[in-house]
Amino acid sequence: MAVRGVSFYVRAGETFGLVGESGSGKTTTDMAILRLIRPPARVEGGEIILGDTDLQRCSEEELRSLRWNRISLIPQGAMNSLNPVMRVKDQIGDAILTHEGRLPGKVLRERIIDLLHTVGLSPDVYNLYPHELSGGMKQRVCIAMAIALRPQLIIADEPTSALDVVVQRLVAETLKDVQKRLNAGLILIGHDMGLQAQMADRIGVMYKGQFVEVGPVRAIFKNPVHPYTRLLISSIPSIKQKHQPPPAAAWEEIQQAGPQDEPGMQEVEPEHFVALSESIALGSAG
Amino acid sequence: MNLVYLLRRLVTFLLIVWVAASINFIIPRLAPGDPVAAMLGRMSQQGASVAGSAQIIESYRQQFGLDEPVTIQYLKYLAALARFDLGLSLSNFPTPVTTIIMRALPWTIGLLIIATLLAFSIGTLLGALLVWRSTPAAARTLLPLLTVLAAIPYYLLAIILLYLLAFRFNLFPVGGTTRIGSANELSLSMVLDVAHHSVLPALSIVLSAVGGWMLGMRAMMVGVIGADYLTLAEAKGLKQRRIFLRYALRNAILPQITGLAISLGSIVSGAVLVEVIFSYPGVGFLLYRAIQNADYTLIQGITFFLVLSVGIAILILDLVYPLLDPRITYQRR
Amino acid sequence: MASSTVVSVVPTQSVRWRFRAFFRDWKLVTGVAILLGLLLFGLVGPLVVSEEGTRLGAGEYSAPPSARHPLGTDSTGRDVLAMMVYGTRPTLRVGFLAGGIGILVGVILGLISGYYRGPVDTIIRSAADITLTIPALAVLVVLASFLRTTTVELMAVIVALFAWPWPTRTIRAQTLTLRESGFVSMSRLSGRNDLEILFLEILPNLLPFIMASFVSAVSGAILASVGLQLLGLGPILTPTLGLILQYAFEYAAIVRGMWWWWGPPTVFLMLLFIGLFLISMAMDEIANPRLKGAAE
Repeated sequence: MAVRGVSFYVRAGETFGLVGESGSGKTTTDMAILRLIRPPARVEGGEIILGDTDLQRCSEEELRSLRWNRISLIPQGAMNSLNPVMRVKDQIGDAILTHEGRLPGKVLRERIIDLLHTVGLSPDVYNLYPHELSGGMKQRVCIAMAIALRPQLIIADEPTSALDVVVQRLVAETLKDVQKRLNAGLILIGHDMGLQAQMADRIGVMYKGQFVEVGPVRAIFKNPVHPYTRLLISSIPSIKQKHQPPPAAAWEEIQQAGPQDEPGMQEVEPEHFVALSESIALGSAG
Repeated sequence: MNLVYLLRRLVTFLLIVWVAASINFIIPRLAPGDPVAAMLGRMSQQGASVAGSAQIIESYRQQFGLDEPVTIQYLKYLAALARFDLGLSLSNFPTPVTTIIMRALPWTIGLLIIATLLAFSIGTLLGALLVWRSTPAAARTLLPLLTVLAAIPYYLLAIILLYLLAFRFNLFPVGGTTRIGSANELSLSMVLDVAHHSVLPALSIVLSAVGGWMLGMRAMMVGVIGADYLTLAEAKGLKQRRIFLRYALRNAILPQITGLAISLGSIVSGAVLVEVIFSYPGVGFLLYRAIQNADYTLIQGITFFLVLSVGIAILILDLVYPLLDPRITYQRR
Repeated sequence: MASSTVVSVVPTQSVRWRFRAFFRDWKLVTGVAILLGLLLFGLVGPLVVSEEGTRLGAGEYSAPPSARHPLGTDSTGRDVLAMMVYGTRPTLRVGFLAGGIGILVGVILGLISGYYRGPVDTIIRSAADITLTIPALAVLVVLASFLRTTTVELMAVIVALFAWPWPTRTIRAQTLTLRESGFVSMSRLSGRNDLEILFLEILPNLLPFIMASFVSAVSGAILASVGLQLLGLGPILTPTLGLILQYAFEYAAIVRGMWWWWGPPTVFLMLLFIGLFLISMAMDEIANPRLKGAAE
């Protein structure tokens, strides 16, 4: 999915929620940030600035050494992201060893168990293989891995989507806790608006490869401007109101509203930007 | 290791051996009439010397228990097999078949183990590298060459190598394992001599088999390359070499090993013919001479032995496999 | 709005003929070209070369190629070219016969095994696995020694005993998968009986696999039959390529430098195997397009 004109920032300690349905370009964006885009796709320009480094200008070797150190990933589908033939301790350990060099066995072990503890896993998990863990446990191992080197930025790609509701909450809380400890920036990718509402400080809504609305979470929820944003928010089930399927007219509006050839956002409120086209009048906020 | 898994594998092994034994039992009896007389009849037909035939007939009647009902014969036969009593060779009467095979066995095992290990490791590594991004493009020229070679049976390659390298260019000896007339003591020169003689037979097997392993591993790697855990390994900033070995290869090699177990039968079949072409004194060449001499007991003994060996090798592989794939012990529950 | 929605689901045929890619695949084209060339040799040859050449003493003994005998003669005076020409068809016949039997048995057993599963599946699968792991040549040798393979057809039948396990496995695996697919479920729901499903729905989708397995089976059968002949266990009355090799080897023609004797059948067989292999690789890729994507 081609992504165009995507531009945003994340502050330390802040959570930026990247929202949109499947195929809207969220994963492409995070892969681009990690510079993991593979042919035939490619990145055609722009800057990716982490702290004081422009990732676009880094060589493969520079990238390799700053990956995980400064920016880490909690992947979508932890089920398949763990190497089936390696124990948990080795998978968490190899990132540490690669970036920090050899460590005394005991020190490494302490550290890994500590990490497991941080995400609420017992030390028994240390020696286990991935197939011996439940879905929630695997996801938490991924979180433990992601924070092992205390990165500045964590990208969490749909960290709770494959889990059942109770575990979802547990994982979400773990994530939030972990972020606070590290004061790291977190890009939270997902289409679960409820989760975003709880965790994100700012939200960017993507539709067909472009941002259509960006702003503080409260502002967006209270005052969604773009029709697609409104659709997403209205899809959150509410106890108060019986859920109405969106009328066909809503999709019409969305189709007309974007994607744009010339993505340009307008500030409708402080910090709240919307990609507008002629068909959306400023006054149609609802 | 899971006991159930172990038991299943053992049962499979015993089943294979039992089937082979039964085939060996049934086939001679398919021909109508007295199998021993039929055997001897054919032997004399083919002009083989049947010295002391009265003795042979007598010992065979005893062994076969021909006057007894078939089921008793069968049970006696199986009992004898369990003792590794494969009977007496007809053309080398009264040397036991087992003795004769034992003399030839080390040559075959040596050849097979070296050739198979070489072909498997080289082929697997090549196959994996061919799919890996950072492999230089020049290496990819190997692909069509090895593919073509893989299509050719070992024995045809053996014929060509024999002609080219032994006959035409005299680089290697034409056959056997040692120069005729050299002393048989264990010395460095003897070992080198044996090695020299073994190169062509081994090469015939390796050149052809490598392609197969390479293609197989390539296919496995293709499946692994798209996996999420590879992407994450890269995101972790791990070194390419580690990702290649511990994440990609390590996972892709599992079905390769299963493939090795399955193809052992055909590797052995191919090796037999290679030995024949090079007069390499292993079990294969023994089989050839047994056929020429119409030595049916030896033929049957060798067949049984071959099946037994393949069965054991597969059993070993089956037992090693769970050590490599931690998921296996658990699936059998 | 009280519009009634009628669910109409059309069971789509999932047979996708990827044969448009046929001629773009170098492997397939080369393989078929080789095969056709060899076939032509075997079919047209007998019209051009006289059968007299295959009799003993037809020419000088062990003579190198000359105008009269373009491929020379063997140790008994037989014309090598004549032997090649008249030996091609029987050689191919063994392959196709054994391969045909193997594939027929394989498809039937594979379909039954994969579709019905249960104890029948276990039996068939175990039988196939055991037959696969046993070194074929060993058992073939025992069979051939005792049963006297007098004719090409008999040898084909014996060889076929080991030709069926691989196709059975392949077909079984595919049937297992197809069994769960949407259009099969649809057919079952619409009341088609098992036989119809097997033959009208599942079988057409198996065609690429059947063809790939058939080509492999033919190749394996010829490989085994020539192997048997090298050991001296093949039919000696009918000329085949394996027979030429057998005599040549017995006479140590290789080390006597009589390249015109062992050379042509070796080259011919090599080409045959390469051609069949290429075709079966191409068939594999048609059946499983993912294989094509591998970085070449």
